[in-house]
Amino acid sequence: MMRPIKDRIRGNYMEYFIQQLINGLTLGSIYGLVAIGYTMVYGIIGMINFAHGDIFMLGGFAALIIFLILTSFFAGIPIALLLLLMLLVGMLMTGLWNWTIERVAYRPLRGSFRLAPLITAIGMSIALSNFIQVTQGPRNKPIPPLVTDTYHLGAITISLKQILIVVITSILLFAFWYIVNKTPLGRAQRATEQDRKMAALLGVDVDKTISITFIMGAALAAVAGAMYLMYYGVASFNDGFIPGVKAFTAAVLGGIGSLPGAVLGGLLIGLIESLWSAYFSIAYKDVATFAILAIVLIFKPTGILGRPEVEKV
Amino acid sequence: MAYTTENNQSGLMAKAVKEGIFAGLIAFGMFLLFVGIETYQDINNQLVWRTRWGLLAVFVAVAAIGRFVTVGFIKPHLDSRKLAKAKSGVLEISDEKGFFRTHFLKIALVFLLCYPFLAMLIFGRQGSLKYVDNFGIQILIYVMLAWGLNIVVGLAGLLDLGYVAFYAVGAYSYALLSAHFGFSFWLLLPMAGILAGLWGIILGFPVLRLRGDYLAIVTLAFGEIIRLVLINWTDVTRGTFGISGIEKATFFGIWSFDAGAPNNFAKVWGLPTSSVYYKMFLFYIILALCMLTAYVTIRLRRMPIGRAWEALREDEIACRSLGINTVTTKLTAFATGAMFGGFAGSFFAARQGFVSPESFVFLESAVILAIVVLGGMGSLTGIAIAAVVMVGGTELLREMEFLKHVFGPDFTPELYRMLLFGLAMIIVMLFKPRGFVGTREPTAFLKERKAVSGSFTKEGHG
Repeated sequence: MMRPIKDRIRGNYMEYFIQQLINGLTLGSIYGLVAIGYTMVYGIIGMINFAHGDIFMLGGFAALIIFLILTSFFAGIPIALLLLLMLLVGMLMTGLWNWTIERVAYRPLRGSFRLAPLITAIGMSIALSNFIQVTQGPRNKPIPPLVTDTYHLGAITISLKQILIVVITSILLFAFWYIVNKTPLGRAQRATEQDRKMAALLGVDVDKTISITFIMGAALAAVAGAMYLMYYGVASFNDGFIPGVKAFTAAVLGGIGSLPGAVLGGLLIGLIESLWSAYFSIAYKDVATFAILAIVLIFKPTGILGRPEVEKV
Repeated sequence: MAYTTENNQSGLMAKAVKEGIFAGLIAFGMFLLFVGIETYQDINNQLVWRTRWGLLAVFVAVAAIGRFVTVGFIKPHLDSRKLAKAKSGVLEISDEKGFFRTHFLKIALVFLLCYPFLAMLIFGRQGSLKYVDNFGIQILIYVMLAWGLNIVVGLAGLLDLGYVAFYAVGAYSYALLSAHFGFSFWLLLPMAGILAGLWGIILGFPVLRLRGDYLAIVTLAFGEIIRLVLINWTDVTRGTFGISGIEKATFFGIWSFDAGAPNNFAKVWGLPTSSVYYKMFLFYIILALCMLTAYVTIRLRRMPIGRAWEALREDEIACRSLGINTVTTKLTAFATGAMFGGFAGSFFAARQGFVSPESFVFLESAVILAIVVLGGMGSLTGIAIAAVVMVGGTELLREMEFLKHVFGPDFTPELYRMLLFGLAMIIVMLFKPRGFVGTREPTAFLKERKAVSGSFTKEGHG
C-alpha cells in the first residue's frame, strides 16, 4: 500500500516537493472520483451510503478478474484496449450492483426514520466485503504491472500511469459535469436533490432519477477502483473501508452535496496524505486525514464549497 | 366474478414468472464475475482463474426462484391476510399479556443467575467452558456495550460510530496500569470507567455542535484515530503485537484464580483444578456490570437529565427554546455512555488477558450500533434480545459441525459469520425498521398526542 519515499538526498528540496505534489494529485484524483458518489447520494437522498467504499472495491475486483481472463485468452492484447475493457466492464458491473443494492436495501426504507438506511448501508458494507472474502479468498491479489513507462524531468519522475489516472479522471469529471448541468437527466437530478416531493409533482420520475444517480456514482467508483488496482497493483477484499472513509472525508471537506467540492476535497486529501507521508511520518498519515476531517467539521461543517444548511423548524 | 379471479390469478403468475426471470438475469450479471470466476494463486504465486459455473447457477436459481415465490405466492398471501384482518375490524392490540411476558424480566434474570451452574450440570466441568465463555460472557459484553451506547444513541439521539474507542480506552487503561503499577482489577475497573468518561468529554466537547450524520462521521474518525494511535505508538502500546499477560481479576483479593497462587480458588475449596471457576466468576462480574448499566439507565431516565436526553432526541430546537443547555446535556450523555464502554473494556482486558488494536476496529462499533438499532433504540429488553440473537447467532455458527456434512469437509462456517451478520442487519432493518421490540417512546409524554411522534417524521418536518 505504501509507496517508498523517493530518495531524499537526490534532487533538491523543490523537486522533492513537486514529486510529492504529483503523487498527491494522482491519489487525490482517485479519492475525488469516489467522493462524487458519496456526495451525489447524500445530496439526493440525504443518506451516507456506507457501502460506497465497497462498491469501489468491487470495481477493483471486476477489473482484476477481467484482466486475468483477457490476458489468459489474448496474450498480446494491446494495453489500451485491455484498460478500456477493464474500466467498462467494471463500470457495468458495479452499476448493476449499486442499482440492485439501492432497489433492495435502501428504497424500502426511504420513508423510514433516519438511522434505518444508514444501518442497512453499514450492513451492506460488511456483507459486500465478506462476500468477496468468501468468494475470492482472503489473500491479497497481486497483478503484474500494467503500465510501466516513466518520464524524467530533472529529478522528478512521472509515470505513465499517473498521467493516465489524472487524464481519465479529468475526462470523466468533464462528462459528469456536462450530464449534471446540461442534460434533462441532470436537471431531474438537481430538482430531486432540492425538493423530492415537488420534483415528483412536476413529473420527474424520482425513483428512476435516484437509481440513475446510484448507477452513475458506482460507475465512477468502479473507474477509481480499477485505477487504484493499476496504481498499487494489488486488490484485497478490505480495500473498501479506508479509501471509502477517506473519500467520504473528501466529500465532507469539499462540502457535501457539491460536485466541484468533492473533487477539490479529493485532491486536498490526496495532497495532504502524500505531503504528510513525505515530511512527517507514513505511520500517521491516516491519522492526519481523520484529524483534518474532524477539524473541518468542527470549524466549518458546511465544507469549503458547501451551502450552509438552513435549520428548518 | 370467477372469471376475473382466474384472470387475476394467471396475470399474477405471468407477473411472477417475468419478475423471477428478471431477478435471475440481474443475479447472473451481478455474480458472473465474482462467483462464476474464482481467482487464486498457483504454485508459482501467479494469479490465475478457474470457472465455477455450478455455484453461479445455484446463485441465479436461488434469486430467480426466490423472487418468483415472493411475487407469486408470499406477497398475495400476506396481502389477503392483511385485507381479511382489516375487514374483520378486530384490532389486535390487547392489554392482556401472557404469564411469560409479564414476568419475562424476572424469568430472564433467574435464568441468567443459574446459567453457569446449569451449563456445568448439563455439559460437565470442561464442556461448560464453551457455553459460559463463548456464549454467556461474550453475549453479556455486547449487551453491556450496547446498553452503554444506548444512552448515547437511544436516549440522547446522538449517532456515535466510534463507540469502540471508549472500549479501547478502558481495555488499554486496565492493561497498561496493571502492567506498570500493578493495580488490581477492582481498583482499575472504576478508574478505566472514569478515564473513558474523561475521553468521552474530551472527544465530545468539540463535536457536539454537529448534528446527525456529521456527528456520526466525526465519531468514526475519532474511533479510527484512537485505533491508529494504538497501532503506531509502539513504545507504550507495543503496536499490533498488543499487550499480553494481563493480570487476572481476583475475588476481591481474597481468592486468586492464578494456577500457581497459594490462595487459588480451587485449592482453597478443595475442588479439582479447572479454568471454569474463573469463567463463572467473570460471568457473574459482567452480569453485575450489565445490571448496573441497566439500573443506572432506568434511574437516569426518570431524572431531569434523562428527560432532557429524550427531549433532545425528539426535538433539539424545541429543547433549546425551552432553556435546556444542550451542550451539557449532550456531554453528560456522551460521558456516561463512554464510561460504561470503559467498564466493559477493562472487563474485556481482564477476561482475555491480552489486548491488541485488532479488537477495536470499526466493525465492532458497527456491530454494537447494529445491536442497539435492531433491538429498538432506547428499549433495554429489545437490545438484550438483539444481542443474544446477533452475537449468539454468529457464535452458534462456529458450532455447526453438521454443515460440514452438507457442504463437504472444506466448509468452514466461521468464514460466513460476518457475511451473515451483515445480511441479517439488512434483513432485520427491512422487515422491522423499528427494531425487535420497538423504539421506546419518551418516558414523559403528553396524554393527548395530536401529531405523529417526532421519530416518525424527518428531521425538521412534520
